[in-house]
Amino acid sequence: MSFSAIPAPQGLYDPRYEVDSCGVAAIADLKGRRSHRIVADGITALINLDHRGAAGADPSVGDGAGILVQVPEDMFRAVCDFELPKTPVGADGCAFAAGIAFLPRDAAERAAAKDIIAMVVAGEGLELLGWRTVPTVPVHAGVGRMALDVMPVFEQLFLAAEAGADGVRPFGLALDRLIFPARKRIEHQTAAEGCEVYFPSLSSRTITYKGMLTTAQLPAFYPDLTDVRMESAIAIVHSRFSTNTFPAWPLAHPFRFIAHNGEINTVRGNRNWMRAREALLATDLIPGDLSRVYPICSPGASDSASFDEVLELLHLAGRSLPHAVMMMIPEAWENNPTLDEKIRGFAEFHACLMEPWDGPACVTFTDGRMLGAVLDRNGLRPGRWWLTDYGTVVLASESGVLPIPPENVIERGRLQPGRMFLVDTVAGRVLDDTEVKESLAQEQPYTEWVHAGTIALADLPSRVQSHPDPEAMLQRQQVFGYTEEDIRVLITPMAGTAAEGIGSMGTDTPEAVLSARPRMLFDYFSQLFAQVTNPPLDAVREQVVTSLASVLGPEGNLLDPTPASCRSILLPLPVIDNQDLARLVGVNSDGDLPGLAAAVVTGLYEVAGGGAALAAAIEQARSDADAAVAAGARIIVISDRDSDDTLAPIPSLLITSAIHQHLVRQKTRTKVGLVVEAGDAREVHHVALLLGYGAAAVNPYLVLETAAHLAQEGTLGPKVSASKAAKNTVYALSKGVLKVMSKMGISTVASYTGAQVFAAFGLEQAVLDEYFTGTSTPTGGSGLDVVAADVASRHALAFQTNDAALEHRGLPIGGDYQWRREGELHLFNPETVYLLQHATRSKQASIFKRYTDTVDGLSTKGGTLRGLFTLRTDARPAVPLDEVEPASEIVRRFVTGAMSYGSISAEAHETLAIAMNRLGGKSNTGEGGEDVERLLDPSRRSFIKQVASGRFGVTSAYLVNAGEIQIKMAQGAKPGEGGQLPGHKVYPWIAATRHATTGVGLISPPPHHDIYSIEDLKQLIHDLRNANPAARVSVKLVSEPGVGTVAAGVTKAHADAVIVAGYDGGTGAAPLTSLKHTGQPWELGLAETQQTLRLNQLRAQVRVQVDGGLKTGRDVVVAMLLGAEEYGFSTAPLVVAGCVMMRVCHLDTCPVGVATQNPVLRARYTGTPEFVETFFLFLAEQVREYLAELGFRSVDEAVGHAELIDIENAVSHYRAGGLDLRPLLHVPDVESPLYCTKPAQHDLSRTLDAKLIELAAPTLNDRQRVRIDLPIRNVDRTAGTMLGSEVTKRFGPDGLPDRTLDVKLTGTAGQSLGAFLPAGITITMVGDANDYIGKGLSGGRIVLRPSPHAPRTQPGIRQVIGGNTVAYGATSGEIFIRGRVGERFAVRNSGALLVVEGTGDHACEYMTGGRAVILGRTGRNVAAGMSGGIAYLLDHDPARVNTELVEIEELVESEIDWLEQILTTHVALTGSRVAADLLDDFPRSALRFVRIMPRDFKRVLDLRAEAASLGVDADQMIMEASRG
Amino acid sequence: MADPSGFLKYQRQTPHRRPVPLRLRDWNEVYEPFEKDATRAQAARCMDCGIPFCHQGCPLGNIIPEWNELTRLDRWDEASDRLHATNNFPEFTGRLCPAPCEGSCVLGIGDDPVAIKLVEQEIADRAIASGQALVPHPAEVRTGRKVAVVGSGPAGLAAAQQLARAGHDVVVFERDLRVGGLMRYGIPWFKMDRAVLDARLDQLRAEGVEFVAGVNVGGDGSDVTVASLRERFDAVIIATGSTVPREIDVEGRHLDGIHLAMDYLVQANKVLEGTQDALTIDAAGKDVVIIGGGDTGADCYGTALRQGARSVRQLDIHVAPPATRDASTPWPVYPLMMRTSAAHEEGGERIFGVNSTTFQATEDGAVAGIHLVEGERIPGGFIPKDGSDTLVKADLVLIALGFTGPETPGLLEGLGVQITRRGVVERDEAYMTTVDGVFVAGDAGRGQSLIVWAIAEGRSAAAGVDAYLMGSTVLPDPVHPTAVALR
Repeated sequence: MSFSAIPAPQGLYDPRYEVDSCGVAAIADLKGRRSHRIVADGITALINLDHRGAAGADPSVGDGAGILVQVPEDMFRAVCDFELPKTPVGADGCAFAAGIAFLPRDAAERAAAKDIIAMVVAGEGLELLGWRTVPTVPVHAGVGRMALDVMPVFEQLFLAAEAGADGVRPFGLALDRLIFPARKRIEHQTAAEGCEVYFPSLSSRTITYKGMLTTAQLPAFYPDLTDVRMESAIAIVHSRFSTNTFPAWPLAHPFRFIAHNGEINTVRGNRNWMRAREALLATDLIPGDLSRVYPICSPGASDSASFDEVLELLHLAGRSLPHAVMMMIPEAWENNPTLDEKIRGFAEFHACLMEPWDGPACVTFTDGRMLGAVLDRNGLRPGRWWLTDYGTVVLASESGVLPIPPENVIERGRLQPGRMFLVDTVAGRVLDDTEVKESLAQEQPYTEWVHAGTIALADLPSRVQSHPDPEAMLQRQQVFGYTEEDIRVLITPMAGTAAEGIGSMGTDTPEAVLSARPRMLFDYFSQLFAQVTNPPLDAVREQVVTSLASVLGPEGNLLDPTPASCRSILLPLPVIDNQDLARLVGVNSDGDLPGLAAAVVTGLYEVAGGGAALAAAIEQARSDADAAVAAGARIIVISDRDSDDTLAPIPSLLITSAIHQHLVRQKTRTKVGLVVEAGDAREVHHVALLLGYGAAAVNPYLVLETAAHLAQEGTLGPKVSASKAAKNTVYALSKGVLKVMSKMGISTVASYTGAQVFAAFGLEQAVLDEYFTGTSTPTGGSGLDVVAADVASRHALAFQTNDAALEHRGLPIGGDYQWRREGELHLFNPETVYLLQHATRSKQASIFKRYTDTVDGLSTKGGTLRGLFTLRTDARPAVPLDEVEPASEIVRRFVTGAMSYGSISAEAHETLAIAMNRLGGKSNTGEGGEDVERLLDPSRRSFIKQVASGRFGVTSAYLVNAGEIQIKMAQGAKPGEGGQLPGHKVYPWIAATRHATTGVGLISPPPHHDIYSIEDLKQLIHDLRNANPAARVSVKLVSEPGVGTVAAGVTKAHADAVIVAGYDGGTGAAPLTSLKHTGQPWELGLAETQQTLRLNQLRAQVRVQVDGGLKTGRDVVVAMLLGAEEYGFSTAPLVVAGCVMMRVCHLDTCPVGVATQNPVLRARYTGTPEFVETFFLFLAEQVREYLAELGFRSVDEAVGHAELIDIENAVSHYRAGGLDLRPLLHVPDVESPLYCTKPAQHDLSRTLDAKLIELAAPTLNDRQRVRIDLPIRNVDRTAGTMLGSEVTKRFGPDGLPDRTLDVKLTGTAGQSLGAFLPAGITITMVGDANDYIGKGLSGGRIVLRPSPHAPRTQPGIRQVIGGNTVAYGATSGEIFIRGRVGERFAVRNSGALLVVEGTGDHACEYMTGGRAVILGRTGRNVAAGMSGGIAYLLDHDPARVNTELVEIEELVESEIDWLEQILTTHVALTGSRVAADLLDDFPRSALRFVRIMPRDFKRVLDLRAEAASLGVDADQMIMEASRG
Repeated sequence: MADPSGFLKYQRQTPHRRPVPLRLRDWNEVYEPFEKDATRAQAARCMDCGIPFCHQGCPLGNIIPEWNELTRLDRWDEASDRLHATNNFPEFTGRLCPAPCEGSCVLGIGDDPVAIKLVEQEIADRAIASGQALVPHPAEVRTGRKVAVVGSGPAGLAAAQQLARAGHDVVVFERDLRVGGLMRYGIPWFKMDRAVLDARLDQLRAEGVEFVAGVNVGGDGSDVTVASLRERFDAVIIATGSTVPREIDVEGRHLDGIHLAMDYLVQANKVLEGTQDALTIDAAGKDVVIIGGGDTGADCYGTALRQGARSVRQLDIHVAPPATRDASTPWPVYPLMMRTSAAHEEGGERIFGVNSTTFQATEDGAVAGIHLVEGERIPGGFIPKDGSDTLVKADLVLIALGFTGPETPGLLEGLGVQITRRGVVERDEAYMTTVDGVFVAGDAGRGQSLIVWAIAEGRSAAAGVDAYLMGSTVLPDPVHPTAVALR
């Protein structure tokens, strides 16, 4: 990309992983009156959003800022030294188009570029009116060096079109349609000729000014923007937070139509599909051959840019901008039964045209007349709006970005998931979502079209399905590499329970490419997952926004929708059974559906021919597919059935992706749907891959056959019939795919199909380029020969000539999940576990050496990537061992992993903590909190306090007593997923520590509900730092391609340390597909992180820690050389403490008392802190020996010296031949420290809280009562938290007596108002507040009420006064809010009382305790995952409650009194009119309430009552009942 | 999925032995039948470990968790299939193996281990009773290659069966009268009924294995010379065992009434099977002393009691081990602990921590007693305690001190295979000796060991032979020649 300092790919760094997130605002005059004030307000708002953006190592280099306004016609007429054509009166848009060109810096190139422009313009029949030099003052604006170095030359281009027959020059949209091809051609041609030009915009309607600037630099940089003649009725502004520090001018927002806050997770697929569609595109509205504008999606552009380009096409080709936006970001219509029929029809019809662009998004858009904004279906970005009495509409990521007096605000609201907010500046009105959608839905009879065109799969006539010989099932299983373990561990749970199996203790087997045994091609791929820059989803609790349905069938011309466009088959699930497949294959057997005719392409090859035969067969299949398309097939079934003794199946993933990519290249892909009939696909990962690489549906026939067989032989019990087993399997696989999608933040199968959200490791790049185009690996690997050899080996087993030789040995035994002698290599095997325990228990260094030698030996045999490395001890002179820093220093760098109290026993947890405290290392609480007794005991507490998505036990006291606070973004065993502690494991002591209810299950959500993006993470870091300014804040990530970029972002978000975890570690329970197939080895992630941080000049300010299966001194040294300065261990110290890798942590049956709460089993625990100390000291001694050999005196000296790693004599595995690990060892040639030399300083002295603490001195010193009254603005974030931390620090976990400190704040509160507020403090907020009010509330009180000056025209009940995610993880305290708030109110509340007057979607999600009173309308999905506490709803709508875990009940007598009291308090504190009205006639109005009661919670309450009446121990009774 | 909490529901239970007075009256097996459902409950104690240490502890690599689970589910046929996948003769090992698997069972860390051996034997016996286990599986394709297996103990039989199923023509040579090696003549009947052995041999015959007994291959005057062996066969497996007894260097060793344990056991067993008319060494009415605390000693012990010995004493040079696992052998290694075999319950006495110094003679040159000293065993020696000398009366002394290695004269010398410093046959990774085409399996290559090691070696050597003959093999290869138990 031009005008960018982004480095070329090197080592493991690849710029394609760069992502960004941001703050966005838009302002419009409702009546379309142009003024400079709108522009100026836009800029003010932008500056007030500065905290959402970021700067790099150099604070003067911003990540990007920009503004999009209407073309300031008058100003341009005044400043141009050439004539501009006259625009007709009242026209939308001008009769000329204007845009800034980013021109090459080199004069010759610039001249060449301008020549091309002139030529193209002329060629398109347009008139080049002239060039204007755009005034810029970079120096005055303070633009930093790096940005200046790549700054383009700015000139404005003015174009017009010839007048038509009527003598009027085209203007507005019509002109833009003519300009569009010209701009595309200029872009393509200048790029091709090495003089690339970029136009932020080129339009008759709008113009964009943007650059690699900070928000404050933007107006100073472009004097145009402060010119009072710069008038507009609309302004969109954007402040960018990028994960990197490399300036790139074109990457700033806004683009031509949009500014986007978010990330499009499916963009790879979306781009591919667009490319495939190009062949069918045609429109009369854009004259000439459309192919001259291709590719629609510019290569190398960002996700936002691609979105903008497609939106531009859809709009210019005839759809209104709102219509086009709705196509690309549809609301979650699939599971919404209350949706209007016409709107549903619109959505269904458009679902046949285009897959959603899925991912968190707040897209603000304008065409110069309409200003709109839309949120993604999950509502994962904040958006608030205001309407003033003087006709200005403001829309922004935050409330309070413009200083508007409250008396002028007549209405305030928020953007809602999937809803559109639209301002028509010509009509002078705000249009609400329903109005917009209804009018669009009426444009065509979409519902009728859909009814006529689409066919449900189940409605197709049933057909004869193939019935293969059951006797030969074993042979088929052998052909496809089934193992006994696959059947037992993977298939049996799916067939029996319709759910995927669960495992524990991570994985310790080789990567596919390093394995000594045949592996499935699927194993070379790992699932990507969302971390930090976008959130994973909760597909279980938030099922309302997900969809497994998709459409199968040909597409037509995207730009000319007709009834035929939706001629397709509706697939309810991506996995289909044999009958469904038969229906599809025979869809046109009766000749009545030729438009959907199916053809079968067979994927077999001559097994004896090896890789060459395989390649040839793929080519044959590709031409068969071409022929089928040409012959009119619209569904292609790719089948691997019917292999025989000479023909073996092509791996289904290979042939599917090969055909998919081929058809994309041929641009025939959208003419057909791909269905895969696959024998090898048998687990969730396999199906996910097939979909992700292009299949619309998968028929995994052999796993279905196997499942049915399991039922027939009785394995599944008497209740599961053969057909039920197959159905269960279909369902389990489909659900599993949904979970895999959710991990990446993708909601619908339609957009997951072809999205390629996988990383490959160990495959040759040429293979990937040819068959998996767009997937890349920096390290190469196996070619087709190896793939073919594996197939051949499976095939040979199946077609044995002499069965007797293998009598009693049907399928290979397996051994991937549980160690088996004949199975895959495991680093922890009987020998290594024994040696490790024996060495540390008997304190024998010689046995420890045997242990490490054995493990390192297994590593070398392929157990790990690092096993391939050798250390270069010849490069530096060795140093005497006694000159190396002592072991006592080295152990300080060791930490134990985050294992929650709850997942492991108190005994095991304390063993680790005591050992680490004695050594000066660090242990980690894990996500379960810490009981108060340990919290306050320095010898037994965990130094690191983890903050994970469940926020269990995260209180002010917990944070104040931390040495380090760790934000867990992901965990190695199951990145992108949450967790669940089943009720039978919530023993009384666990419940107490987690602030939960004994015997009631606890859910950790997949995402942190206050981190949907990088700027949110920055906010949480800020919150936690306020909660304990002395603690280090670290962020835990899991290795995947791009993790280095995320780490850079995390560093820019001011974390002190970043942890890169390998996928392999992980002590918790996880679905098997996650355990094995998500994430990558830490070697890759660490090396990428080190390289990226150094390229970004960020390494000096952050410490890097690695964890994931570290076992030996050699492991530590390799991690050190690759760039880590701290080292985390989980499994190894657990083994030392007694773990024997039972892998049953999830069952609470750990026989050695480690991963259990069962007192009987805990009594069997034998570990001691001494064992663990011995382990770490032995390890440190080994590290010292390596350091001496390598020639270093300290760890610091050695960190990052990857050049001391050699790989020359590494690879002896036949399949690893092509693997090249040198990119891991790349040391970028930049002046940048190799380790953390200058930890970042965090100045909190200028925050509002510094002032609060000063004013609260009488309380803090003498417990005196104090009242404080201060103004507050949106930039004052996390107000009250540091004050609260002072209170907790001084007065302990119980805080102060109620109302000791009363703080009144007036204005608009920034995010996280009153986070972790302890008892004794009341914050009364007058005005409004942003997201995360009362996060982690720890006993304090927050009152939120509108300004007394607010007009009375809008009663509180409709006013949105607070943002999303109120009281997340609150454990105690009270919040009273007069007004409505956003999504996920009371999420994970476990003890606070919350009163509010209306909420968005997902209220009370995952709540486990406390009370929530909602005096107004809620959104959908109330009480999802709610396992405890009680919610009281006024005038509830039952359809909005998710009753999976809860009952809707009437209030009981005692509650009515209680509620009356609460409402009385609410009125007293907030002046609520709603509550006052209810109280007027309370006994009557009480009838309007229901309570939402979690069933488990009620059961426990009932048991408690029963126990009391029987006089027995309640806890014991509950636990017995919950174990069943 | 195993029952995850079975181990919390059930206690370890093993079959009862028949009452001592009854069982001393016959040579039948000592264990009473066990309830089928009780066996299933025992199998349900298996925890289906992530690392099944038992599966490692078993040299054969028996896939114990899987057949435990199938047993729990009452799916005996499949359990048998899974058992036979790694073990040609589970009915032998179920009776004769000292069960290192149980010593390494994870449940044994804080509880009694799973009764693995019980389950194994139950599966095996049921499969034999139903006939399933003995269905012959002759090769569908014959290779025409000929393999000689010399020695018909567990190693030789396992190798023979594997090779026959791979399609080779296998001839097993046995120098004794009948086939079976130690299983035929070494083991007392009360530990294993010979019908068990005979039934399995029939299966091997039906699979094409030819047995030639009474031929001392390569021996003086034998019909089968080394040269003819090499000529007739494409490959040879030496499975002759470790048969040279370890002697005792004590004054009076030459006296009458002092015998090697194996000499005593073999003639006793031959009389029982009817191939020998009368006992040449009879314990009836005698004071019997057995030197050596091992299993062979215990076999002599039970045999002597059944023959009507007046007294039986077994001497062990080691002090009595603790009742539970000794700290020197932490889990999961094979535990040093007091083991009381069935024979030990039947009378007699065990004396620990003693070394014999001299035999006392009667006037006519027969043994009358044995002098013992107490003391401490050290590696390679024994430190006697002063003044601890005692005399034990004995008119029959049986030396059961183990075996030092294979006999080298005859076959081994004839073949010209290299012997290691340890006195066993040298071999490479594929069990081939230093002579091309000649392989070795079992105690002849490993030194004295357990039956499970012998079967495992037989299986692995068969894989080595098959690969040698055919270029590649699909036969399982459970143990490396140098593999040893964890220690």
